Parts: sequence; structure tokens; C-alpha cells
Amino acid sequence: MAKKKKNKTSSKKKDSGIKTTREKMIGQHIGYRYDVNLLPDYTRLTPFLKKYIETMGWDDLNWLEDVHMGYENDKPAVFDRNINGWVTAPKNLKLPKNQQDRDMIARELLIKFQMSPNHPLVVLKKAYKKFD
Amino acid sequence: MASVKEHKSHDMGLHQEVLTGRTQQVFFNPEESENFLYNDAYDVDFNKRTSIDVEKLNCIEVNSKIKDLMKQGYGTIVLKNPGAKHSLGVGILNKLNLIIEGSLGYFGVGSIDGPVVRISGRVGWSCAENMMAGKVVIEKNAGSCFGAAIRGGDLICKGSVGARSGIDMKGGTIMIGGNAGAFTGFMMQRGRIVILGDVGPNLGDSLYDGTIFVGGKIESLGADAVEAEMTDLDVDWLKRKLKVAEIDKKINFSKMTKIVSGKKLWNYDNLEPTERKGAI
Repeated sequence: MAKKKKNKTSSKKKDSGIKTTREKMIGQHIGYRYDVNLLPDYTRLTPFLKKYIETMGWDDLNWLEDVHMGYENDKPAVFDRNINGWVTAPKNLKLPKNQQDRDMIARELLIKFQMSPNHPLVVLKKAYKKFD
Repeated sequence: MASVKEHKSHDMGLHQEVLTGRTQQVFFNPEESENFLYNDAYDVDFNKRTSIDVEKLNCIEVNSKIKDLMKQGYGTIVLKNPGAKHSLGVGILNKLNLIIEGSLGYFGVGSIDGPVVRISGRVGWSCAENMMAGKVVIEKNAGSCFGAAIRGGDLICKGSVGARSGIDMKGGTIMIGGNAGAFTGFMMQRGRIVILGDVGPNLGDSLYDGTIFVGGKIESLGADAVEAEMTDLDVDWLKRKLKVAEIDKKINFSKMTKIVSGKKLWNYDNLEPTERKGAI
């Protein structure tokens, strides 16, 4: 009985994003799997992001308004435009259900990744830079 | 002549590493200490102010001088007598207050990532082209291709702008206090455009994604641009963003028109070539 229930859940999960006739026909998603146009809810701003805004001398999230928590291979991930690739969230990170809260975490993760001395572009710059 | 294999990137192992399956955990620890600046950014102080007289300098000299001043820790730089010279203030990848007393020519403040720029005059074609982050405020009018291909940040023109504003934009916000020309938001892929005045023909033509808000009249919509319903989140965001844009106008936000992509031109599934073959 329990086994049957498990199968039901997994098949439901597999089909959850495929909705339109066209998607059903081709068996895959069309477009983004999250709302790329979702505007940030500033009441959910984290202390880390407040400090970042203050450091940069801006009035709001600025470029981070376009950052959302998305997916890569069904894993939560955030897109880094500097490396033109997805950065997957750490396995032990517990993500909230609300998309607005998830987006705030995605923004924090992306700043930490981009500003890290271990960012891939830092290594590439060491190897290829032509002038200071 | 040195061979390609003698390049130091080979010594660093960049050509042997396996890239597939790599995740961010390889590169950084999310728990590491707070750092809000890029690895090679200059630590500048907004209270440390200086100015450059641009009159007898060319754009390369001005841009190098800005960089040198940032190296010295200057966080507020004033450009005097810019004389509508082209490509001033480009490629600033740092936090900075840049004040331009006058007008800029073509491609002003392009490819910037972080600074807050205030321009008291007008700007020519492609102002803030490819902007990544920061804020640019223009007090008067702007030429065509305003904010072409911007990816992030706030680009504000308090006056009117020419044609093709926000062409190919991939993020960020463009705010226009006056009117906008034809093909505004042409091939826009993401981000937001706010026009408080009227807008010319073919608004949002071939719009892939993103949102356009218009306060005045729309001459005509482009292919695949459709009207959508304003939400409470839209109105709240617009109210707040107008304050950020420093535009002092009374607007009835709920009466603004919201334009989005109809998504009829979306066409990017893998099976399409096979299907086309079948149809032929």
C-alpha cells in the first residue's frame, strides 16, 4: 500500500510543470520554471542584503531585482551572468516555500559567490589579463 | 614566437580541469565572511571628492584618470566641461559617485557595474549601453538606443528619449520621465521599462519577456506585445521606484498600462527541427 502511494507521488511530481498541450506533446517544459518577472517584496529583505545596498550607495536591490532562485537539473540554483552558468545551492541549505524568500536567499548566495576570491573569473583573470 | 601551449594558463591547469558537474561548493563557502566588493575592486570613500576638467583631454585620458583616482580611494569624482565628448565614464566596475556637469556624446557611461552617475545635461546614442549594475540619472533628454542591452541597474532619463530604448535589454530598469520613440523595448528579453509620457509606434516589438509600464498614450504595439493586468505588487514597486528615480511627478499608477510578452514567438524546444522535417 505504502509503495503504491510513493509511486503516485513521484509521477505527480514529474508531471507538475508540464501543463499546456504543446508541453504534453513534446514532454518538456517551455520557458522558465519560475516567474522571471516577479518583483521583489522589500518587506522580506534580509540584513545581509540591507548591508550590501548600504555599502554600494544604492537605494534598493538594484541589479539584484532580476535575480531569482531557479533550477538546474531539478536542483535549486541561481544564474550567475558573469560566468554565464548556474550556481547550485548548497545541499544542506533549507529553502523556504515562499518564492520571495527563496529569491532573497538566491541574491545572498550570488553576492557571496561573485565576491569570493575563489570565483572562476578571478582565476581566469590571473591567467589571461592583458593590462591592469 | 611563443606557442599557444606555452601560455601560463596551461601551467595553472586550466586546460585539464573537468568542468562538467562542478558546483559552487568547489569555489566558495556560503558561510564565509561578508564581502560586498569584487575581488579586484578599489576600496573608495564616498566622502573623498575630487574633480577632472575634461576640456583638453580625450576620452581615453579621462577614463584612465577616473581609474587612477579610484585607485587613490576617491569615491566622488566630478567631470567638468565634458563638452558632449563620446565614451566618457565607460567600464567602471566599482562603487563610485560620478557627477557629470554637462552633456555626453555617444556611448556615455557604457559597460558600468556599480557606480551612481548623475548627468546634468543631455546624452547621445546608446547611453549606459550594456550596463550591469548601478544607477544613472540624466536630467534632460537622451538619444536613441538608450540603455541598449542593459543587464541590470537603474537607468533614468527625466526628459524624453529617442527610438529603440531598451533594445535587447536583458535585465534592469529603464525609467523615462517624458516621451519615448518608436520600437521602445525592441527584442527585450527581461527587465522593466517605465514610460511616464507617450510612446511611439511598435512598442515592445518581438518582446521575448520583461514588462513595460506606460503612463501616456501608446501609438501602437509591436508583434507579440500584449496588455496585462496591473497587480498590487506592480503599483507598490512603481511607487517606490519613482522615488529612487528622483522623478517628482504625480502619477495615478493604477491607470498605467502594463505590456508583457504574448509568448507566441517563443520557439525553443529541441524537437522542433524533427517536426519540421516530418512536415516537409
